[in-house]
Amino acid sequence: MIQTKHDQDDTAQWQPRIVAFLCNWCSYAGADLAGMSRLSYPASIKIIRLPCSGKVDPMFVLKSFERGADMVLVSGCHPGDCHYTSGNYHARRKLKAFRELMSFLGVDPRRFKFSWVSAAEGAKWSKLVEEITAEARELGPFRTFPEAAKTEASQ
Amino acid sequence: MSPEASTAQSLAQTAAEMLSQGQVALVIGYAPTEGKRLSPPVFVTTPEEAQRLGFDSRCFGNLSVYLWSPQVRQMGKTAVVVKGCDVRAVNVLLRENVIKREDIVLIGVRCGGVGDLPAHKCTVCDCRDPQGCDVVVGDAVDQPDGAAEGRYSAAEALEEKSLDERREFWQRQLDKCIRCYACRQVCPLCYCKRCIVEKSTPQWVETSAHPRGNLSWNVVRAFHLAGRCVGCGECERVCPMNIPLGAINQKMAKLMEDEYDFRSGMSPEEKAPFTTFSTDDTDEGIL
Repeated sequence: MIQTKHDQDDTAQWQPRIVAFLCNWCSYAGADLAGMSRLSYPASIKIIRLPCSGKVDPMFVLKSFERGADMVLVSGCHPGDCHYTSGNYHARRKLKAFRELMSFLGVDPRRFKFSWVSAAEGAKWSKLVEEITAEARELGPFRTFPEAAKTEASQ
Repeated sequence: MSPEASTAQSLAQTAAEMLSQGQVALVIGYAPTEGKRLSPPVFVTTPEEAQRLGFDSRCFGNLSVYLWSPQVRQMGKTAVVVKGCDVRAVNVLLRENVIKREDIVLIGVRCGGVGDLPAHKCTVCDCRDPQGCDVVVGDAVDQPDGAAEGRYSAAEALEEKSLDERREFWQRQLDKCIRCYACRQVCPLCYCKRCIVEKSTPQWVETSAHPRGNLSWNVVRAFHLAGRCVGCGECERVCPMNIPLGAINQKMAKLMEDEYDFRSGMSPEEKAPFTTFSTDDTDEGIL
């Protein structure tokens, strides 16, 4: 796989786990293009393919965090390009509100990313993953609520 | 005659008339009882029973929660006693096609606020005069001044804190949750026949009272109510662990008002923000 070069470089370093929900028509194809163009990007990202970014239920994001994701990315078609006409517009509204809600409850909003990547933007995809991986590394492991509660109890 | 007694009399009279003329099969109202902290709901099916109806400052409950229950619906056309704020919940049920207007009769009651110290929602109330009801009873009441200012005060107080402070605060609060789902049961807008916490393939929300599942449950509850919650405050009132759920609801309501100039339940024709979209929505924060 293309990603191995990075894997080797980074073995000494802590690897964040980033879960990415990609829409089938744009972002997934964009990630595919990055691969086919032999653009490398960190292996920290775990891609889950969905029909549309409008399919992303906040529950998916919560579940990812619960199960140990350090960052979650949702990526879809640019506005106006949705295969289903309006899925990404709905996603934009819902996920903005969701980010606000999480931030209100004390979860760092920087851990929840949203992006537009088209099928032609392999280069953008590769750069995006580089950037968010660097940011996730800076933020460090996500201390979820129960983990934080445990640490405090042991003190 | 005291204002409360005259309101009770007109309520009883209205209900008795409706029942004896066969306009409705059931009247849901409040039955103020001596020595009780709150006036319990009462289900009246005969004109004689209508004497029990009344209204005072202990009528906290939002009776619109009964409108969609199968047991009530099978009884036939139902009249319900609603405060101005409860009408907003009825409006949401109407706009979401949960109930039909022709199946219900709304008996509005003018309300000067509930609670010994008025509840927060009553100090910022702007709907003391019930709108869109079939009958309205009770003496005219004054609207509190400057109602709009403190509307989201609980959420704003938390927004001012740092992210870490908020995390610590909510961690402590949500830790208390015993997952009794009283907040769900009392909510007039939580009408799903099968709630997501009861779905087990896959198990979306952990069922034990564990901080992890508690966070998920409270996020899901708040998010499912975003753009729908009318701020009746029942969830917070019934919470046995005193979790400030109202602050979370306020946060989402504030977001809807700021972003989409939308307040839920103001009319049965409105369109909720999450059922629609605009191509002009902000791209802020999107990479």
